[in-house]
Formats: sequence, structure tokens, C-alpha cells
Amino acid sequence: MAWLSERLFSTPAVGDRQSIVEKSLKILNGHVIDPANGVDRVCPVYVKDGRIVSHEPNEAERIDANGLVVAPGLIDIHVHLREPGQSHKETIASGTRAAAAGGFTSVVCMPNTFPSVDNPSIVSWIQERARRTASVNVFCAGAITKGLMGQELAPIGSMAETGIVAITDDGFCVQNHGLMRRAIEYARMFGLPILDHCQDNSLVLGGVINEGEWSVRLGMQGWPSVGEELVVERDILLSELCRHPIHCQHISSAGSVRRIREAQKRKIPISGEVCPHHIFFTDERVAGFDTCFKTNPPIRSEKDIAAILEGISDGTLNILCSDHAPHASFEKEVEFDQAPFGITGLETEFSAFCDLLVHRKRIISLKRLIALYTLYPARLLHLDRGTLSPGAFADITLIDPNLEWTFHKQESLSMSHNTPFDNMTFCGRVVRTLVGGHTVWMLEDNETS
Amino acid sequence: MNVWKHKDLISLSGLSAEELWFLLEAAKAFKGLRGDRVNSVPTLQGKALVNFFVEPSTRTRISFELAALRLGANVINVSATMSSLQKGETLKDTALSLEALHADIIVLRHGSAGAAQLLAKYLRSSVINAGDGAHEHPTQGLLDGFTIWEKHGRLEDLRVAIVGDILFSRVARSNIHLLVKLGAKVTLVGPSTLVPREFEAMGVRITHRMEDILETTDVLNLLRIQYERQCREYFPSVKEYISLFGLTKQRAARLKSSCLVMHPGPVKRGIEVDSEVADGAKSVILEQVANGLAVRTAVLYACGGGSAEYRGKKSEDP
Repeated sequence: MAWLSERLFSTPAVGDRQSIVEKSLKILNGHVIDPANGVDRVCPVYVKDGRIVSHEPNEAERIDANGLVVAPGLIDIHVHLREPGQSHKETIASGTRAAAAGGFTSVVCMPNTFPSVDNPSIVSWIQERARRTASVNVFCAGAITKGLMGQELAPIGSMAETGIVAITDDGFCVQNHGLMRRAIEYARMFGLPILDHCQDNSLVLGGVINEGEWSVRLGMQGWPSVGEELVVERDILLSELCRHPIHCQHISSAGSVRRIREAQKRKIPISGEVCPHHIFFTDERVAGFDTCFKTNPPIRSEKDIAAILEGISDGTLNILCSDHAPHASFEKEVEFDQAPFGITGLETEFSAFCDLLVHRKRIISLKRLIALYTLYPARLLHLDRGTLSPGAFADITLIDPNLEWTFHKQESLSMSHNTPFDNMTFCGRVVRTLVGGHTVWMLEDNETS
Repeated sequence: MNVWKHKDLISLSGLSAEELWFLLEAAKAFKGLRGDRVNSVPTLQGKALVNFFVEPSTRTRISFELAALRLGANVINVSATMSSLQKGETLKDTALSLEALHADIIVLRHGSAGAAQLLAKYLRSSVINAGDGAHEHPTQGLLDGFTIWEKHGRLEDLRVAIVGDILFSRVARSNIHLLVKLGAKVTLVGPSTLVPREFEAMGVRITHRMEDILETTDVLNLLRIQYERQCREYFPSVKEYISLFGLTKQRAARLKSSCLVMHPGPVKRGIEVDSEVADGAKSVILEQVANGLAVRTAVLYACGGGSAEYRGKKSEDP
């Protein structure tokens, strides 16, 4: 919409807000959707001292949310912020600015940085960096193994003391099943859930595109669905054995959805998440050799998309995320098989899912969509976020569910522009993001600003 | 009528039957002209052609070079080891440098599928794909189609069997696109690991037994086993491969007398084909090489902006 412009507020970084006199807020006339408390009605939301309160505060700033949905701050549990080590792709500052513009008040950053997040000092470094530069809350996931090499356990307990919220070797996958079992058993002692990038190397190494008609047509090494499903099945068995939650990241195949659904029926604590690119595009899009369609796992077939949609519809897959994976343009403007995997997504994911799942396919309600971004991720990682309960942090996302807008990658707040969603029009957009009661991003009306 | 409107030749998959026939007819015209007459068609006079071969090649590179010289172009050969790719420069940057040096046509051979398309996206120069990974080798597809057309006088309803390492073969893909589009009936033959069933979506039949096609096929196009692209997990041994899929003398004896034996080269005698069969009466392997020159002349002529008047000229006997 031409009449709207985006505004990023130069608010203090997350960690510095405690020292600032907190404003009180009254968010009025908005349709409040708070799945954690079963709230779905027009009612006010009050904020005092950075927290949600139940009674109207004195001398509060008034926000008129008429026509908008007031939701708990959205959470993305699968984000690559690239710091430390790859600040030419993204920084904690730029990545969280993009997160704020996408409506996110909390992100969980993955440990495949340089050096990797496999010891308490790197966790502390990221936390300190986030305290000084981040626009939104940054939670750390620690590595399962040292250097994400899949050989030796990382100091999971020490990292737990520093505040990691999960462990994962994301970007890689522990191939040694015995080691993985011990990692799960060990993490259980600290109540740390496992996030797993499900990939059997013997089946997928060298693969750059979904194995199927298009890998054959284009002459590129295929990445078969079974390479994901075998590890999903492994994780189900280990989750059952260890009686501990395992969350399968970026589910891309029909077989994975079916296996998770069957395991959940047997009360095994296994879960799965979905990224928008896995339900927006099929592998046919790779025919143009555009590296913005190169993801791991790869975008797959119509059959897989149908199964994932069914999995979202029936609750098998209850977390949505971006797998925001920024890469510099010079890294992506190369031969397809030599380009790195991954695309950006923080600024488009909520709108993309809202457009497809709520408006076009009508698979889930907006309330359910918000639950997939708040209630379930907070519950999985034991985060004290994702709710508008009195006493909770005043992390709030204001949404216009019917606003049509077109995303242009040049306007992205991320340092990298490797997105396949460029120039796509969506219905539904976040219009204001508040962290701890402070507005960190807002879409403004040019005519009135 | 000017059928050809492309700056580049990246793949045969996107070409219409009309465009494919245009190139085959043009190749026929160029083959009909003797060398001295060809020099009277200086379409590329004053233009620079860069043979940019990141992967090794003998016949394709020389064939393009001769074709370019016949059309009056200046030719520069660049290999991977001669280029800044060796120093870590990206393909895009190398190509932009070539264009800055006023290369008009870049003939690219590269190990990555899509490499030629990547170049074509960034360059104003014409880009000719001389083989990109396992994706396509359009001039090989054209010369194979040309050879079959020349020998059998038609392509429609001919039975063509392509044998061997289909999965990793750019030659097979370009052949399939051309032959299926121009009406031939294509059967792929090889071990199930190298001929996955997904190929059927390209309009071909598949069999894993040589015996299924020997008596009926009009053309047997044998592919090289590409050890360099494999991980020694696609078949147990060369000996077993020969026993199942090699064109031995015994198998060759069952072919129709009119059947053509083809091979894009380089031939590994005794593996894909027995030496006697490779040199036998049915073999057109060297004619394929010769036809490569005519086809590449036609392709350079088309992409380099050959005049419509010349295209209307009758060819001499092919």
C-alpha cells in the first residue's frame, strides 16, 4: 500500500530497557486474541512497567487498535542471526530489526555460527550482544555436539546454566544414533528440548534439489524425502525410549507428517514445524536455477504440500517458523550446486501463512495461526512469553488481518535479500510490534504521520 | 521467415519443434557447403568468440573453434586452469570480465547444471551451452538428431534406444528433448540405479534389459559410463555392467541391418561397446563428430545473427 510506510523506532535495545522509566499503555478497541488464555474478543489491554496488567493504569498512552487484532508477541524458534562470525550476512541488530518488522518479539537463534554456540562463553557473548543491539528478545539454542561435528557432546549442562532454551545441531544432523540417544538423555536432566534437523547424510549428501521428476529433468543431485523421514523415525524411537521431547525442524515431506502424526497418537512427545517456503513452492521452481529456491531440506512436490497442510490443519504440526537464513548476494549469485542453502523469511512469514492458511485455503482460523506462533513455541521451549496474562512481559503484536501488501526485497531490514517471496502480495500484515511495552516497529499512514 | 529469435542456446527443452528443425536445416545447409564456400558466409566477421571450457573437452571445443573460424570469428580458448576461477573468482565475475573485453559469444562448458543459464542472465553476449553438468548438451543433442535424420531420412516414429548412464548424462537429456519433440519413440536402457522411473515424465519408455530392444530399435545410442560423477555405488563392477548392458558382438548381431550404432565419445572400447562393433558397418560414431561441425556452425550462425537471406538458400547434397 503506497500510503503506508514502515517505521523502525530507535528504542533502547532489549536489555537496556530496565533502566528507562516505563510508560503505561492502554490498547483500546482491538480484537484481542490470546490463545494461552482462550481470549477471543474485543477488550482493552493494559501495560504498566513493561508488563501486562489487569487494571487500567493512570496516565497511560492510548493506542487505538480499532480494526486490528491484538496478539501476544509472535515467537520464531528457528532463526539464523549469523553473529558471531558472518556479520556480512546478518547481525543480531539487523536480524532482530527484520524480526520486529515481521511482528516477532522473540526469536531463537541457531548455533551454527562461527565459532559455533557450543560453550557457555559464546552463549554469553550472544546474550550480551543482544542486550546491547537487539530490537527483540533473543533466546539461544546451544549445540548438541562440539563444533556441530556430531562426534562429542557439547557442554550442554554448562550452556543450560547460561540460559540456552534448547539444543540442536541445526544445519547438520547427528548421524551417530547412540550419541544422539545420550544427548537426549543428558538434556533431559536440564529440561532442555531437542530441536533436530532431520537429515540422513548417507541418503542426501550431494543433494541440492528434491529427488524426483525435476532433479531428473535438470540433471541435479536429488535430496530424497526418505533422507528426512529416516531421521524423523529415528527421533520418534529415541523420544519414546528417552521419554523426552524432540522437535523436528522444517518438516518438508508427506512421510514425515504421517510418521509424526502416528507417533503423537501413541503419546510420544514428538513435534514438527513448518516454514512457508515448503508450502508455497514446488520443486518445479528450481527449473530457472534461481538459488533463492535452494533450501535445506529442499522445496518438494504438490503431494508433500498437501500433506503438510493437512498436518497443520489437524494439529500434527503446531509450530510455524521461518528458518531465516540470510546469505550475501555474492554467495547466492553462483552456480546452483555451489550456492549455500537457505532463504530469508522473518518479514514475510506471518503474512505468507496468514494469506495462505487463513484467507486462501481457510485451513485454520486466525486464532489458531496466532497460537502456532505464540502458545505452542512458548510451551515447547518453556519460554515465559506468548501470552497476554497479567504479569507477563508486554510483548504485543498488532495485526491487520485484511491488509493487502506487496513485499519488495529492496525494502527489507535484513542485511541479505535472498528471498523467493520478492514482489509477492499477501493479505494480512503486522502493523505494530511492542517489546516490553515499547514500540519497536510500526507501519505508519504517510498522510497522517 | 526468421524462426530463430534467441540470443543464447542454453537447452533444447525450451525450443519448439520449429526451432529445432530450423537448426537442423541450417546444419544441413552448412554441411552441404565445402570449406571455401563456408568462408563466404562471414556472419561472425570481426566478432570474438570465447571457448570457455571449465571442464575438459576435445571434440566439442575444437568443433566450436573450427565452426567459429569458418564464420570469420576470432577465437580465444580459455580453460579453468587458465582463468581466474582457479583463484576463487566467481563464474559471474569471470564472465563479466570476458564481456568487458568485448567477447561477442561465449561457449561455456561447466560442471554445474544451470551454469550457462547463470551466465546468460548476466551477459549481453550470446551464451552457448557446451555442456552444463548433467543438465544439457544441446549441440550434442542436435548433432545426434541430425545424424539420425541424415541416415534414416526422418525422425518421426523411429525407435531410438539410449543405453547406459542416463542419470548423469547431459547428452541423454538433450537427446530426449529433441527426439521426443520431433516424433521419435525413445527407450532408455540401463541399470535401475542410473535410469530412475522419473524419466518417464519426459515422454520415454524405460527398460532394464538390453534384450528388450535389440531386434526392434532403429538407433542405439550408447553413453559413456561417467565414473567421475559417480560414487561407485550405482553398479557392482564394470564386468557386471558389460555383461548386462555392453554392446557385445553377440548382441550387435541381433540388431536390424539398418540400425545405427552411435556414441557421443569418448568411447571406452570393451565397456560400452566392443571394439569391432565401434568400428563396424553400423557405427556412425565418426560421422557424429563430423556432423558436430555443421551443427555448431549452424548454432553460431543463428545466435550470432546470421542473415535471413542466407537461411533461404538451398543446400547442396548433404
